[in-house]
Amino acid sequence: MDKTINQKAWFFVIPVFILVAFNAVVPLMTVVNYAFQDTFGNNVFMWEGTRWFKQILKSERFHAALGRQFLFTGIILLIQIPLGIAIALSMPKKGIGVPICLVLMSMPLLIPWNVVGAMWNIFALPEIGFLGHSLNDLGFDYNFTQQIGDAWFTTILMDVWHWTSLVVLLSYAGLQSIQPAYYQAAEIDGASKWAIFRYIELPKMKKVLTIAILLRFMDSFMIYTEPFVLTGGGPGNATAFLSIDLVKMALGQFDLGPAAAMSLIYFFIVLLVCWVFYNLMMRNEVQK
Amino acid sequence: MSKITLKDLSHSYLEKQNSNDDWALRNINIDWKDGGAYALLGPSGCGKTTLLNIISGLLNPTKGKVFFNNEDITLKTPVERNIAQIFQFPVIYDTMTVYNNLAFPLKNRGIPPNEIDKRVKEIAEMLELTKTLYNRASGLTADGKQKISLGRGLARSDVNVIMFDEPLTVIDPHLKWVLRSKLKELHQKINRTMIYVTHDQTEALTFADQVVVMHEGEIVQTGTPVELFEKPRHTFVGYFIGSPGMNIIPCEIQNGTAEVAGIKISTSSKIKQKSNFSKTEIGIRPEFVSFSKDGIPVKIIKVSNTGRHKIIDTECKNGKIKILSHSSKEIPSGSAFLSFDKKYTYAYGDSRIIE
Repeated sequence: MDKTINQKAWFFVIPVFILVAFNAVVPLMTVVNYAFQDTFGNNVFMWEGTRWFKQILKSERFHAALGRQFLFTGIILLIQIPLGIAIALSMPKKGIGVPICLVLMSMPLLIPWNVVGAMWNIFALPEIGFLGHSLNDLGFDYNFTQQIGDAWFTTILMDVWHWTSLVVLLSYAGLQSIQPAYYQAAEIDGASKWAIFRYIELPKMKKVLTIAILLRFMDSFMIYTEPFVLTGGGPGNATAFLSIDLVKMALGQFDLGPAAAMSLIYFFIVLLVCWVFYNLMMRNEVQK
Repeated sequence: MSKITLKDLSHSYLEKQNSNDDWALRNINIDWKDGGAYALLGPSGCGKTTLLNIISGLLNPTKGKVFFNNEDITLKTPVERNIAQIFQFPVIYDTMTVYNNLAFPLKNRGIPPNEIDKRVKEIAEMLELTKTLYNRASGLTADGKQKISLGRGLARSDVNVIMFDEPLTVIDPHLKWVLRSKLKELHQKINRTMIYVTHDQTEALTFADQVVVMHEGEIVQTGTPVELFEKPRHTFVGYFIGSPGMNIIPCEIQNGTAEVAGIKISTSSKIKQKSNFSKTEIGIRPEFVSFSKDGIPVKIIKVSNTGRHKIIDTECKNGKIKILSHSSKEIPSGSAFLSFDKKYTYAYGDSRIIE
């Protein structure tokens, strides 16, 4: 069959092309440009080759920020995924409780990120915040602005509060799509509660969980606003995750070359981890 | 193995029942012998799945009792009842191999591994699953998956009853035949009580020794396939079973005989002189209607050839009558007269047979 030649289709593609060019391709290429050159302003550039990349990859500051980033992402994934599944499992399956739970669960997701940071900042202040004051009253020596452990604890608690709902909602959607016949068959087969979870619910949730883990990985790996408002990366550099460190380098110190190189490395790490993870999760699907 | 008795069973999905329509099942009484092959036949929404779920224990009836071997098990769980049920859609445990799927109900009951192994291999052999026994179950085709469901139902050798809830819905037509005859064969081999729910008359009639026909939550007739065909006890059975279904023609009753279009019809029913039905009908299967010199005057509307048979649509004063005749027979055109085979002609009062 001959294809109909219709060049008008380009008119539909061009707006998207321009949009993507200006919000992704051009900025990214600018970053690439900066990553290989040095500048003192006035549009004067000097070619530096891979120097900034080598510098960043060797820098201890970058290693520390990367380490903190992986630790943070690891911890929140380990908390949020099981917690989200557990909450989804205990949510009602029908009746008036369903909309109530869904609305309650969606609330944290609707709050702007900087507001979340500000809320938790005030909530956790040791002198006036409800959380901070209560913990001190209970005898804990809690001060997230000065103690590293407390700063981490508060940042993680905030992220769990903000984002566990996303995992809950995705898992709940996965659970709701399981046909009642599966539970009936399991009942007749004499399966235990654990076996039902292990062999029916978990496999049926696999796809939504893959999405949940990917989203939570990417978002937490690129987290900026909330810890920036809450701790500003402190005390010291204790909660300076990659993005916070990057902004410090680019806008604080105006080291545009190394910052650009770091952005690219950062970008490739996110891309690589997502790719590896997705392929691992989908490996069994392909075998079909 | 056990016999199953249902006593005055009624079920409603509503909290309060105001009218007859609020009941999904009404006054079900059944006595099923041990080792029989039974079918529950009826259109969608007639309550057959509800009835099945009550027998398996997934649902507790609003009224009435369920007995296995004269023991009241109305309030027992499916596990305690020790039954097997196969659902409309293949239910498999995706992450397990075919082997583990078949072994699952046995493992859950703490049967020793060597016994499980023997049993699983036996079942796999029976269902021709041996080749794919160690593959992941999720990779199989729809009929392969349904075979696993069947296998899990058959795996336990001590179940009281095996129930099938329209198990062949998702199977390709040519494989339906294969699996259906497989089931029949299995029933003869293991000789266990089997209940088969379907809305497909062919499936019910080929599988079961006894067919229970349900309509709007009630049992309208129980009988062998031949009985259902030759003597439907309810007009619903008449037109639901058979293709085309029974002719149901409104009639008048005059002095103990039925009349259609002013012509007296002799029937196998013994009609009383006086009867006060709100609706009276004559039922005759298209197979037992023939053309004759005199009888009911009809107009021939349409003749359709199905290959072996011709289906002739005619119309008399009281309604339409279908005739099934051998395709080699001559069909008159325009108007004709029909006669009914008395032996298979019944009168129905308010949809139920008059005897």
